[in-house]
Amino acid sequence: MKSELSNELHEKPDRMLDKIGIAKRIAREVMDGMYINLGIGIPTLVANYIPSSINVVLQSENGLLGIGPFPTEAEVDPDLINAGKQTITMMPGSALFSSAESFAMIRSGKVDLTILGAMEVSEQGDIANWKVPGKMVKGMGGAMDLVASAKHIIVAMQHCSKDGASKLLPSCTLPITGLRCVKRIVSDMAVLDVLPDGGFKLLERAPGVTVDDIKKATAGKLVVGGEIPEMTL
Amino acid sequence: MINKVVADADEAVRDIPDQAVLMLGGFGLCGIPENAIAALLRKGVKGLTCISNNAGVDDFGIGLMLKTRQVKKMISSYVGENAEFERQLLSGELEVELIPQGTLAERVRAGGAGIPAFFTPAGVGTEVAAGKETRDFGGKTYLMERWLRADFSLVKAWKGDTAGNLIYRGTARNFNPMMAAAGQVTIAEVEELVPVGQLDPNHIHTPGIYVHRIFQGRGYEKRIEQRTTRKA
Repeated sequence: MKSELSNELHEKPDRMLDKIGIAKRIAREVMDGMYINLGIGIPTLVANYIPSSINVVLQSENGLLGIGPFPTEAEVDPDLINAGKQTITMMPGSALFSSAESFAMIRSGKVDLTILGAMEVSEQGDIANWKVPGKMVKGMGGAMDLVASAKHIIVAMQHCSKDGASKLLPSCTLPITGLRCVKRIVSDMAVLDVLPDGGFKLLERAPGVTVDDIKKATAGKLVVGGEIPEMTL
Repeated sequence: MINKVVADADEAVRDIPDQAVLMLGGFGLCGIPENAIAALLRKGVKGLTCISNNAGVDDFGIGLMLKTRQVKKMISSYVGENAEFERQLLSGELEVELIPQGTLAERVRAGGAGIPAFFTPAGVGTEVAAGKETRDFGGKTYLMERWLRADFSLVKAWKGDTAGNLIYRGTARNFNPMMAAAGQVTIAEVEELVPVGQLDPNHIHTPGIYVHRIFQGRGYEKRIEQRTTRKA
């Protein structure tokens, strides 16, 4: 079944971005003065590549504004964790609050940017990232609240699954996390915007990846206009 | 001042019956009522419905009560990191209701604030919306969600006084303040129990009106789920 499926799919170019590459490219979207919520996985890595000249505040939805670096062994405090349950520190000027207040600021649009991972995104901007039928369901955590309310959502994802099937689709096949919410995608192959009327607008190519590679890897409607620059990291 | 102090965790949970609906504070293993959970294990109450953001790990937190089959139903936003949980769920021994985290926090807050329902955008267009009323406000669709209340709320604070005023520490605050307010009977355990007058009223997170019983917790383990460090 699997081999049958992969026959009709393209071969992946070998120069696609790794997780760090995706994180570095997303870090370039971060503007001075932003309040940002970073999801678990690649999004968490983004914090490592935000230039020190840019001042941002990272929100942890369990109840903290001002996530700092991981603690040294001596600094470890069991009362200080991020949404991924990792031990963290607090930046000077941090604020602590309840999870209700945390989601109040998310819902009311005070958080400027949400960066999260996805299993699928549709050309309408729908996102699926919480449940795979047949697998143990762990829960949506704060993902549904974040995607329903964020002013700006950037998705970090692989363009295709391991067997080459596109994850940028006409419509999601997995259970939805939120409708029409994704604005921008940074994949291992490209940077794309979701157009208000639907469709993925190609903005940049990963180094060494061609427009043709991206066309083959995108099952949803791809809009390509003019010269598509290679991304700088 | 009213004195709400009880001797220990066992006395605090003495009248929690089988089939009770409980709220348990904490996010992951951070800020969980360790002493009250241990007392529930000793007491052996069964058929519990536990409202808690997470379900602990195999050998700590609510995971301990899953092992002893004391939990009938979990109401949570994320229940990973627990193999026994998965086994009971797949075998049908355990019922689970998954709720978006912000909706869970607000449903509990609403329960403590006397608000029977509210509208939120989280979950619109997803399976969470099944069977729920939706309504448009300003061109956007929202989902009606109802309050959550509990027979007993078990919360953990850093400091508390004999009148039940509580102060939390770090991100151990999480769901504790809302749950303290949403319990018909709220039981608070604290790392440091002090006489009234010792806590600055400016710094109280949970006013004592919400707390019915308070006790000095013992032997906190405060286990860490993901110990992540950088080189010194």
